Amino acid sequence: MDPTAKYISQKISRTRWRPVPAGLLQQPEVFAAGSWDNESNRVSIWSLGDDDSDTDGEFDEEPRLLCDSEHDGDVTDLQFLDGDRLVSASSSGAVAILKLQPDCQALSLAHVWERAHRYSCDNAPCTAVVCRSPELVSVGEDGRVILYKADQTEVVRVIENADSSTIHAVTFLRTTEVLTVNSIGQLKMWDFRQQSDSPAQILSLTGDRVPLHCVDKHPNQQHIVATGGQDGMLCIWDVRQGNTPFSLIEAHSAEMWEVHFHPSNPNHLFTCSEDGSLLHWETTSGSDMSTLLQRGWNSRVVSHSGVPLAGEDDSVVSSWLAGDSSKNRLEATHMLPSQTLSVNSLDVLEQCLVCGTDGEAVYVHRQLPNFSI
Amino acid sequence: EPLMRNILMTEARLYEYIYIYQTKHLGFEWGPGDLLVYETNYKLQGPRSASSPSVHVVRRDEDICSPILRKLFNESHLIFVGLQKIKEDVPSKNKKSQFVSISKNYRSVIRACMEELQQNVSILLAIELIWNLCEVLFIDAAPAGSLLLHLLDWVRLHKSDVDTRAREVLQSDSPAQHQSYWDVVISLVLQGRTDEARQVLSKQASLRAESSSVFKRMDVLLQNMPIFNPAGTQTLTEFDVKWRHWHEECDRCLQDNTFASNRHLETICKILVGDEDTLLEQRELLSTWYHFLVTRLLFTHPTIKPPDLHYYAQSSMNMFLGPRASPEPLDIILLSAFEFDLHQVIKDCSIALNNWWFVAHLTDLLDHCKLLQSHNLQCVSHIRSSYLSYMHVCVSLWQLAVDYFDHCPEFGRVYLELQIERVPLDTERKAIKVLRICEDRQMSEQVRSICKIMAKRALRNNRLGSALSWSIRAKDAAFATLISERFLQDYSNKGFFTDLDLLDNLGPAMLLSDRLTFLGKYREFHRLYGEKRFSEAARLLLSLMTAKIAPRSLWMTLLTDALPLLEQKEVKTANSLSCFSSVFQDEDIESTKTELLRLALARNLAMAIVKEGTIET
Repeated sequence: MDPTAKYISQKISRTRWRPVPAGLLQQPEVFAAGSWDNESNRVSIWSLGDDDSDTDGEFDEEPRLLCDSEHDGDVTDLQFLDGDRLVSASSSGAVAILKLQPDCQALSLAHVWERAHRYSCDNAPCTAVVCRSPELVSVGEDGRVILYKADQTEVVRVIENADSSTIHAVTFLRTTEVLTVNSIGQLKMWDFRQQSDSPAQILSLTGDRVPLHCVDKHPNQQHIVATGGQDGMLCIWDVRQGNTPFSLIEAHSAEMWEVHFHPSNPNHLFTCSEDGSLLHWETTSGSDMSTLLQRGWNSRVVSHSGVPLAGEDDSVVSSWLAGDSSKNRLEATHMLPSQTLSVNSLDVLEQCLVCGTDGEAVYVHRQLPNFSI
Repeated sequence: EPLMRNILMTEARLYEYIYIYQTKHLGFEWGPGDLLVYETNYKLQGPRSASSPSVHVVRRDEDICSPILRKLFNESHLIFVGLQKIKEDVPSKNKKSQFVSISKNYRSVIRACMEELQQNVSILLAIELIWNLCEVLFIDAAPAGSLLLHLLDWVRLHKSDVDTRAREVLQSDSPAQHQSYWDVVISLVLQGRTDEARQVLSKQASLRAESSSVFKRMDVLLQNMPIFNPAGTQTLTEFDVKWRHWHEECDRCLQDNTFASNRHLETICKILVGDEDTLLEQRELLSTWYHFLVTRLLFTHPTIKPPDLHYYAQSSMNMFLGPRASPEPLDIILLSAFEFDLHQVIKDCSIALNNWWFVAHLTDLLDHCKLLQSHNLQCVSHIRSSYLSYMHVCVSLWQLAVDYFDHCPEFGRVYLELQIERVPLDTERKAIKVLRICEDRQMSEQVRSICKIMAKRALRNNRLGSALSWSIRAKDAAFATLISERFLQDYSNKGFFTDLDLLDNLGPAMLLSDRLTFLGKYREFHRLYGEKRFSEAARLLLSLMTAKIAPRSLWMTLLTDALPLLEQKEVKTANSLSCFSSVFQDEDIESTKTELLRLALARNLAMAIVKEGTIET
């Protein structure tokens, strides 16, 4: 089933599902989108409409705008802190908390840390932000790692010169530990319990220092982490063990912007890239992702749909089919019908997927195909 | 775009006049889609005073960055890219259906845009009308038989008020009494929608029993009207025969005065016969000459062949508009289309419509259909560049523009190279995207210059790791050397290395430049020394000096570092002697240091001799 596309007249840098109340097994209905490269950028909230509209399961409705708010600078990252609060990171170096009014009628600024990231005489863009309520961590082009608490006006801690290069992404490993990735291809673990400003651990690929752009942690196993970088390679790491990743997969032909494990079904992984594709990775056999990946894997992309996609090499598909007859397979499916401009962001929750592109379109899948929880 | 220039010229003159009145003078300069205006120092009268240093940008009223237009640009961009990917070797029959489908996609984008705009849609309506006609005549290139059917669809699509009125009438309490009742019936007949006309007519028939036979007769006539079925087995000739038969039947009804009792039915019968005067009387219901044309063809010549179209078109326009009326630009364009003069259509569209989006995309599609002759290609190129300069006004659309540049014959590459360097690089992420575009197209000069800009900026902000990362991407050895020098300078000033996380993890990037290699190795030397692995450290230092990759400025520092090592028992000096002596010969070194070194060397040599002597005996 093809996703619903909606053109929103602004280039989209981030899309995020609003969290659903736990235990209710609801499908998400509301998502936030942040724009970039506009004269005036915005954070906007969209709704997918009623869930009980059609009995035949056909959701034709386009997302509709509920509310939005102006944003100073590009929206470089967005994360929901909880059901009503949203954190945004800006290219001006600011980190802001936005409050969503009940019934999503309005979006207002609750608090902003201006110039959290900065150079001595210039602004430095904040590149990513991650939340684990009530704590937030942000990273930026200035190489700082900053810890905040949502209800405190002053920042809790700043790790100055955490990195001599730009830190592109950050994720929580444990409550007090975060993992950052930078533009010289290193993963660094930081423990906030430690007083010193140096990382607890540094990991990197032994080859070229390819910049890493995204990182995500396995929802159940805290030591398994996936990264993606400039060369489009998907790497799976075990942070306890050594300096080499377990798996290197040629996922995309250009920068990978986001990688996400499915939060409740981690046998599914999603990646999106500058090359205009969004891939859904899944294991086809009984074994789960972590066992599979620990065996070390090397695979190329395969498309599930019968129709070959524009630009796809026929020989790739055939060599995959010819070479591999094993029971354990890692398969990838293109989620977008045709090659678009860069897919900058994706988010997945329950059975729903949302992503945004530089072609100013948001795509929503309300029922992920071949997906069961 | 002479029209636009005139408007802006007037605006500028207006400002000029106002300002002259206030004793200031304006200068201006044309940009790609806007106008730069500035105050000059020139004064017509009165004392001079400082002019404001600002430059004003004057733009057209039409906001190209309006959300709806942006949707149009983005959606059509996707279609455009898909079109370019259609492979050349696909058989032409399959290609035609693909092209028709692409044409329909473009048109649905236009219609979606119209729906959102709601006002100021007249240009879009005209565009869709013209595009649809071009699709029918040129892209789909329907042959006789189907041609008329397609033209009927075309007319029906652009005259949708008939449906609303019909619905109104049918939903009223007594449709037959509704004031628009007969208008609706006639409109439906004029559009060849005989079944629907019959349905509306049946409302009348049920009321008046005594005249029901007349209505039944009309019902039969309408029901029997032959419609050509392109997918059916009937040939065009067979259809023609059948149609003439039916036509004669209608004519007989007129001669027999069958419908004399009801003037409306009489009118309808005259229409069915194709009586031109009656058709012209329906001027208000037809509303356009091209509707008149299609209706006329429907009832006089349904098997019209494409080459014969132009004769009927010209005469229809003349008949409908009358001798005194002058045709609008839209009418001229449509007429050129009916005359199959594609070149004229494009030319007139470019001038009259002032909408580069439409002309650029339509000509591109026609080009793919191989409908444009070679002398039109320059035209295509010019049109595309105009579209691009039009899009350029909305700065955010630079990524869309790239795909258009790629398919611009002749100058696309050159324009892209110029354009891409002007994209402001506000954030690293944006720079990465620009770089990807350049790398994909082997624009190595632009890659180098963008990386250099980013590296310099990083260096200015003291982000040495970032600067190095940019140099690596551009494979810029010279800049890597610069960064290394900066590191070494910092070391000399501070006495310790900064950014150890970078230096300790250079990896293969170290090989990018000699200076960088030296830096990495030198740091390694310090590390080895700190870990008390002196012989390894000494060997490393030695190799650094013999390899001659150490910068001259640091030789003294290196030798000073070597001093304590020479005291260590494990260090062998055979090679070091020759190396150090060559250094002394070339270099002008401080004398105290030289003395210290000579002393240390001598002692080391003495130790070695003693040691070796001891072993031997």
